[in-house]
Amino acid sequence: MIPTRKTVLSLGAGALAAGLLFFSAQAQEPTPVISDDGVISDDGVISDDAVNEIARGMYCPVCENVPLDVCPTQACHQWRETIRQLLSEGKTEAEIKAYFVERYGDVVLAEPPRQGFNWLVYVVPPVVILAGAIALFRMMRKWRVEVEQTGEPGVVPAPKDDYVRRLEEELERRS
Amino acid sequence: MAVNFGYGVLLITLLVCLYGIAASIYGLYRRNENWIESARLAMLLTWPLLTVTSLSIIYLLITGRYEVAFVASVTSDSMPTYLKITALWGGQAGSLVFWSWLMAAFASAVTLRKWDRDRDLLPWVILVCLITLAFFLCLTIFFENPFQRLWQTSTGGEITAMFRPDGAFPLVPADGRGLNPLLRHPGMVIHPPLLYLGFVSFVIPYAFAMAALATGRTDDRWIRLTRRWALWAWLFLSLGLILGGRWAYDVLGWGGYWGWDPVEIAALMPWLAGTPFLHSVMIQEKRGMLKGWNMILIILTYDLMIFGTFLTRSGVLSSVHAFAQSAIGPLFFGFIAATFLISLGLLMYRWDSLKSETRMTSMLSRESLFLLNNLLFLGILVVCFWGVIYPLISELLTNEKKTVGPPFYEQATGPLWLALLLLMGIAPLSAWGHTTLKTLGRSLWKPAAASVVVLAVLLALGMRQIGALLGIWVSAFVGFTTLYEFGRGAWARHRMHDESLPVALWRLAGRNRRRYGGYVIHLGVVLMAIGIIGIEIFQTQTQGTIPVGGSLALGEYSITYNALAEFDTNDNRNVARAELSVFKDGVFVGSLYPRRDFFYESGQPMTIPGVRSTLEDDFYVLLLDWQPISTQAATFRIYRNPLVNWVWLGGAVFMLGTLVAAWPERVVERRRYPAAPTQGTPARV
Repeated sequence: MIPTRKTVLSLGAGALAAGLLFFSAQAQEPTPVISDDGVISDDGVISDDAVNEIARGMYCPVCENVPLDVCPTQACHQWRETIRQLLSEGKTEAEIKAYFVERYGDVVLAEPPRQGFNWLVYVVPPVVILAGAIALFRMMRKWRVEVEQTGEPGVVPAPKDDYVRRLEEELERRS
Repeated sequence: MAVNFGYGVLLITLLVCLYGIAASIYGLYRRNENWIESARLAMLLTWPLLTVTSLSIIYLLITGRYEVAFVASVTSDSMPTYLKITALWGGQAGSLVFWSWLMAAFASAVTLRKWDRDRDLLPWVILVCLITLAFFLCLTIFFENPFQRLWQTSTGGEITAMFRPDGAFPLVPADGRGLNPLLRHPGMVIHPPLLYLGFVSFVIPYAFAMAALATGRTDDRWIRLTRRWALWAWLFLSLGLILGGRWAYDVLGWGGYWGWDPVEIAALMPWLAGTPFLHSVMIQEKRGMLKGWNMILIILTYDLMIFGTFLTRSGVLSSVHAFAQSAIGPLFFGFIAATFLISLGLLMYRWDSLKSETRMTSMLSRESLFLLNNLLFLGILVVCFWGVIYPLISELLTNEKKTVGPPFYEQATGPLWLALLLLMGIAPLSAWGHTTLKTLGRSLWKPAAASVVVLAVLLALGMRQIGALLGIWVSAFVGFTTLYEFGRGAWARHRMHDESLPVALWRLAGRNRRRYGGYVIHLGVVLMAIGIIGIEIFQTQTQGTIPVGGSLALGEYSITYNALAEFDTNDNRNVARAELSVFKDGVFVGSLYPRRDFFYESGQPMTIPGVRSTLEDDFYVLLLDWQPISTQAATFRIYRNPLVNWVWLGGAVFMLGTLVAAWPERVVERRRYPAAPTQGTPARV
């Protein structure tokens, strides 16, 4: 019995821990998907890939839900050129993003910065899920205790349809 | 003429609806069968009436009656007839009518079933269906009327109104603006109807659930009655989601199929509540547990369905302030709040009669694993819901807009999806009632060992991405477990009945279609999971500007830019089409023709990728820009999307499995359940 409970608990807790881990970890950039060609070519021209790499995590305030790197509008084209310009001035990704945030607000970032009020967005889901997991676990334990106290047999044979029973009997005989 | 006619029929439909609601309430109050029968006939009438309304809109669309604002906004002379017809759901007003039409179709279908044994549920089912329908009809008539005409005021302004305002003149544009080019794709023609079908067909199980609560017949009768409805609803919803992904992949030109856009999430959320519902009703059927919980799940599914329609139809996503200005938003909000609270109230009222008949005895039993499944699905739902509404909350409280984009959802739901996948491998092998680690281990060790072999092979081949290793390992485990289940069953039949293995497999699945259909669905999910891991983790891309004759490389692939042609088509498009040669490891493997269509009427461009598709990967090329005269160069964006076709393949298997599970059984099943007890207290209103 004990290993049974432990296993389920650790299964649930493991899944949740993984979820929480992802949240509490510092903003992890997605795995860079960039060609092998390098970022800046020899003649000092900033490549499209370098621009897109930064634009991927940004949104312009007008084209809702279209990432900047793939947005076909003229305005977004201008933004990408601005990124190229800033890159050629030697600015880092963080500095470039800060440049846009300063002018247009947090809305340009693919996810809210992890500070102040915005923590709500990161904290609420894990708390709710954790609360759900705890409630579920306690309920299951209560059920089990009730079963033990009322002296019901530990094994309640589940009703099976005839065919499955026969099938399983057959399997049992064979092994 | 057709305008006033259609509008008139629409008004009559609403009146019929309201009559049906009143008649069923009165019939319940008086316990008078005649009034309830009258309400039933009223509900039956809504579908023909809405068919007439829809046909008059389609008539206006086909004949190009551009004085009607809706017609002018979604059609134009150059569009082919089939697109003019499907333009019915290409705009807000028409799609609400279409939604109502489908709702009425389902409501009418449900009235035609045999009600002899469940007569007491009927008035409540009618009430729920008709109230939902009346709500959507009110939205159509009072806020998004597809029959409104265009008028020119004496001051030269342009307004839309149903009837001629004082001093205004009819305005008839020479041509319409045409359907948004992004919507002129077969995927977009079929995707909304499927999604709507999924949405409206979930109303039926909800209606029966409410009827069960209202009448006090809280046994599992309502679940047995609506099991197939729920499965079909789920099939349509899933198919709608998958086709939507395919459409995005083919048309939106960003190399992916799912962007965690709030509109996509709005459609995913009812699915995230409906899927655990489909699983946990099995616990109630087999073990008599979780009766209240199943009610909560179906209420959630219903309200998330309305909420999803609200998100996409009220304009609340672009700005909360826009939401407050139009009446449609608050109305939706009120409806959701009212149905949710009333449903929960009913549930509380009947809570005592929803006690479990048996108790959970083991934490490894099938029912506890199903509960874990519910927890994970709802966890994903919480992430999605919160991610969608957080920008609204932020705008409301801090007056600053925020974006909650893909990185948030991917990080938050990734582990939950993985845990769900793992559960999908374990749960089918655990037994109802009681399972110990030992019995579970005995059935699991073979597939688990086989999956470890897969993991070892991947490691030997040099794969080091932890996410991919974990994901593929779990996928392999689930795949093997499921196949093992099939094999075990077929082998037993083969031994028992002396059938050949294929025959045994066929009969096995035929005898317990719900179970084996479910397994086929699981196999589909495994294939999709492998595809998703492939594209999410191993996608590579590059972008570059190359002259004619130049080439651009990505991994082992390269393209050579041969030529570009620009021409006008007779359906009012300007097409720029590039011709490329594709090489893999230096060997010519084919030509691709990525293009950019520009639609003159709407002034919108559309980027159509050139795709070389194999089971191993998709090589996906976009034409972004070109300078025909100055440099003869063009800018291309190329993606290599490994295994993405497994997503579509998995989708097909998934559909097949759902069909196996949902296809109507022969009559035998109906006789298996005895007539419902008649002592259910008829509730008073």
